[in-house]
Amino acid sequence: MQIKLTEQGDIVNISVEEERMDAHNSGDLKERMLQLFDEGKCNLIIDLSSVRFIDSSGLGALVSGFKNASAREGNLKLCCLQPQVRSMFELTRLHRVFEIYADLDEALNSF
Amino acid sequence: MSKRIQVDITVPNQTKYLGVIGRIGESVVYSLKGYQGNRRELAYHLNLVLTEALANAICHANSCDPDKDVRVLISASDKDLTIKVFDQGQGFDIEALSKHKARTKDEGGRGIQIIFKLMDRVHYTREENRNVLEMTKYLH
Repeated sequence: MQIKLTEQGDIVNISVEEERMDAHNSGDLKERMLQLFDEGKCNLIIDLSSVRFIDSSGLGALVSGFKNASAREGNLKLCCLQPQVRSMFELTRLHRVFEIYADLDEALNSF
Repeated sequence: MSKRIQVDITVPNQTKYLGVIGRIGESVVYSLKGYQGNRRELAYHLNLVLTEALANAICHANSCDPDKDVRVLISASDKDLTIKVFDQGQGFDIEALSKHKARTKDEGGRGIQIIFKLMDRVHYTREENRNVLEMTKYLH
């Protein structure tokens, strides 16, 4: 999975540069987030602007990151969801779990 | 009524083929004649259902065994669209999985739930020495 990391203070922005997040590549994101947690970086923003498609494995990877961040008193927030990706969060009711922001600046300012 | 479209594909038991099969499903939806509903939404849902069913066959039913393969059959008429995904595994209890309510913060367990939410009829049976997950969407 193509991922771009940008750090701003203690916040890490993870930009997923893939059209699809599915069972083939979501494990990569999960592993990358675990590495960041091991480094003590527990405030993450996942930028999904490039992602057109997400399946249950992709959602599961984000839930894993959210739970791990919360357990370390950090947070994992989402931004820039395309409408069909947003609809998946609503279908699975995960929009009630995650803080979801329209753009990166909004997400950064929320910390 | 005879089916207007039928696509029969067999791919190696590897998740890298999920995107290929999902996109074929989307193409089938865009080629449907006379469908009056939200075509973009149906295409996305078909991509998703194919991805979930195929990932289930590859990673669970076929235990990620690279020597196995997965066959996918998509057929569509004016009235309905049916997907069959064949696996070579030991099978699973789809009734139990469909009744299992994944808690909101569970990492897994959403794939079969999504299939049941998006499709109108779902069966898992044995056919010609393979298991087949058959999922139908009514188009009217």
